[in-house]
Amino acid sequence: MADSFFFRARRGLSPELEEARVHIQDIAKGHGLDFFETIFEVCDFDEINMLASYGGFPTRYPHWRWGMEYLQMQKGYEYGLHKIYEMVINTDPSYAYLLDNNMMVDQKLVMAHVFGHVDFFKNNLWFAPTNRKMLDQMANHAARVQKHINAQGHDVVEAWIDICLSIDNLIDPHAVHYPKEPVQGQVSPVDPRLPASDYMDPYINPPAVIAAEREKAAQAAQAVQTFPAKPERDVLGFLLQYAQMSAWQRDILEMVRDEALYFVPQGQTKIMNEGWASFWHTTMMTQDILTAAEVIDYADHHSGTVATQPGQLNPYKLGLELFRHIEERWNKGQHGRDWFRTQDPRERAAWDTQAMGGRAKIFEVRKTHNDITFIDEFLDESFVAEHGLFVWERDKKTGKFNVSTREFKAVKQQLLFQLSNRGQPRLSVVNANHANRGELVLSHPYEGLDIQLDWAELTLGNLSRVWGRPVHLETHIEGKPTLLSHDGSAFTKSQREAV
Amino acid sequence: MPLNIDKDLYRFRHIVKGRIRKDLKRFMSSKDMIGKEGDQLVRIPLPQIQIPRLRYGENPSGVGQGEGEGEGEGKPGQGPGEAGDKPGEHSLEVEVSFEELAQIMGEELELPNIQPKGQKEISSEKDKYTGISRVGPESLRHTRRTFRQALKRQISSGTYKGSSPIIVPIKEDKRYRSWKPTTQPMSNAVILYMMDVSGSMGKEQKEIVRSQAFWLDLWLKHQYKNVETRFIIHDAAAKEVDRHTFFHTRESGGTLISSAYTLCLKIMGQDYPAQDWNIYPFHFSDGDNWSGSDTSLCLEMLESKMLPRVNQFSYAQVESQYGSGQFINDLVGKFDADERVVVSQVPDREGIMNSIKELLGKGR
Repeated sequence: MADSFFFRARRGLSPELEEARVHIQDIAKGHGLDFFETIFEVCDFDEINMLASYGGFPTRYPHWRWGMEYLQMQKGYEYGLHKIYEMVINTDPSYAYLLDNNMMVDQKLVMAHVFGHVDFFKNNLWFAPTNRKMLDQMANHAARVQKHINAQGHDVVEAWIDICLSIDNLIDPHAVHYPKEPVQGQVSPVDPRLPASDYMDPYINPPAVIAAEREKAAQAAQAVQTFPAKPERDVLGFLLQYAQMSAWQRDILEMVRDEALYFVPQGQTKIMNEGWASFWHTTMMTQDILTAAEVIDYADHHSGTVATQPGQLNPYKLGLELFRHIEERWNKGQHGRDWFRTQDPRERAAWDTQAMGGRAKIFEVRKTHNDITFIDEFLDESFVAEHGLFVWERDKKTGKFNVSTREFKAVKQQLLFQLSNRGQPRLSVVNANHANRGELVLSHPYEGLDIQLDWAELTLGNLSRVWGRPVHLETHIEGKPTLLSHDGSAFTKSQREAV
Repeated sequence: MPLNIDKDLYRFRHIVKGRIRKDLKRFMSSKDMIGKEGDQLVRIPLPQIQIPRLRYGENPSGVGQGEGEGEGEGKPGQGPGEAGDKPGEHSLEVEVSFEELAQIMGEELELPNIQPKGQKEISSEKDKYTGISRVGPESLRHTRRTFRQALKRQISSGTYKGSSPIIVPIKEDKRYRSWKPTTQPMSNAVILYMMDVSGSMGKEQKEIVRSQAFWLDLWLKHQYKNVETRFIIHDAAAKEVDRHTFFHTRESGGTLISSAYTLCLKIMGQDYPAQDWNIYPFHFSDGDNWSGSDTSLCLEMLESKMLPRVNQFSYAQVESQYGSGQFINDLVGKFDADERVVVSQVPDREGIMNSIKELLGKGR
């Protein structure tokens, strides 16, 4: 299927576009960008819309949600609300899409931007474990789902996909970075004795110590009555392993989990990724590519991309400015022990060691950081002041949004909180045999925000359908410890003892 | 060109229809929907269609960038954490065509299709391109048939070569589309809305009438090709008005229902000869008529003049706290056995769906 789409869409670039592509690719390489082979496809409006609703992939499993997104996207175009400038997918080779009736200067901008993204995909460590053959994988998913639809019926399979999607954020975003250890229910006692010859034994294994170790192990084994032994953040993985379901249902749940994990790094590096791509398109366009005739259009469109609505935050803009900030600091040597010891603002402002290490530094940053560490390490007081960042707050009485503070620490803390776990509640399975009745308990460590109740009701209902037994969620609502439960037919909300 | 997305679009539409079906009663009693009617499309808010997830409710705070004017008209910054995947932030509106909505309503309320009268008499002529002829203007040349003819000729005369499959049509090969005038049965219908706008009909009652009129229009437009609507308001006197005025007028006078029926008959006589038109008078009132003698006049007019000419006369009584609600009893008393008269009582918004079912349930 994927092949057939590309076969159809691959019209090849026009000589003019191909010339631009080669030119820009050479320039990008010259700047040290290191990307996968990048294939540009020229698409018309409808195709671009379709690809965008499929998340950039030409073949996805059949589902109504793509149709809905497609319709909304069309509406957005009709009303001129948004315009997709660039779309590129993280695969090797990478595919990027150009809208056929864009102006030449736009196509150049998109190409330059895309090379920035692909360099980021290839080199950023958070992307390292992603499946670079995801295009094929997605097509395989489509075929698998189609097979299940043929066997089970469309409505049944679609309803199951809805259920799986409803819990697809209950994954461990870091699961791909470490080897999976089996979920432990029992700690098997390890013999504390070390091998030793007879005459040494009392010294190497003193009887008193051995007895104490054994006692500890026995206690530990006693203590582990909950299953899983440790809270398990990979709820979907846990369900796959332990929930009762039929083979086709398991297959679909597994597929949904794979796709969710694949998209995790994009959520973790939104600011950096867009910032990096924007950094390179501005750098390359202004230094190397633009002809005099194109400058005005370029400036117009670029400013549209990085425009900040008053009071809003644009990840393109924030990332771009932060990369520039880092480059400038390292060019002037504004880092290290001496820099941090200097308190005098005038001295700091005039600080310039001519170190010119900025370029190397930003390449290093794009390799090792994600949004959280990026903000944590480089968002400093002068940046916040210079770019006018603030914390807003919704006034409960008037419903208006007010600037609550411009204080550096508060801004940074708020931003970091928003970025934690991609802005979603952090849930884990803490008990799969609640009250010895096989009921599932999830726990949500309270961070000051309430879980939305109406959706929680629906989602817990879905979760109980997957688990096959009642499920509970330990959380806080309006500051009070609360237990949300769903037994498959009814939703209840009750007080619980604070732990 | 066929895109994969078509199937997904179809599934989405399928789900939307299922959802509307399920919530039809709510939609039928909702005010919002009527206000959003476009030309041929209805916009229906469907918040529940999105996939629910465990997530935070609306953030009470966030980070923004910019001037942030003084007391703060700042709008919430787009939390970068949720960028790319923000379910449910915007309420979803889906568009449904009148045709689809009418179909759903018909199926859900089990409305019978109307057998229009006068099908035979009423017809229109239309040219239909049905045949092929050997002569005709070049603009109507049927290229595929022409080439097929040429291919046939070349094969039969042995001039066609598989190695160089060149087909050259000559004059005799040419084929043209040809047309035939056909008569098509046309079905015309006119809906005559009459409403009591006397003091006892309050704002809520009018809103109910408005909702009802929307659904009645929808169904009759689904059933007939050509539907006209006329509007009559009355208190002690009747006048014809446009749609907007119909729904927004408030008079304070008393009520003489016969005035409306008289005007209705006049309009029917002038513009809608019974042999050409399917006529549907709908009368909405709170059932308060001024005098018993006027009521008997109304019944008399209905029986002798109105009923012989219309498909169905419908009376819907919208309950108000002021009206006596007597008129419906008088109607039922007189026309209980008559198929051509349909009455319905609408106690409140919730009653709209039932009322529509009663009014349209006979398939006349």
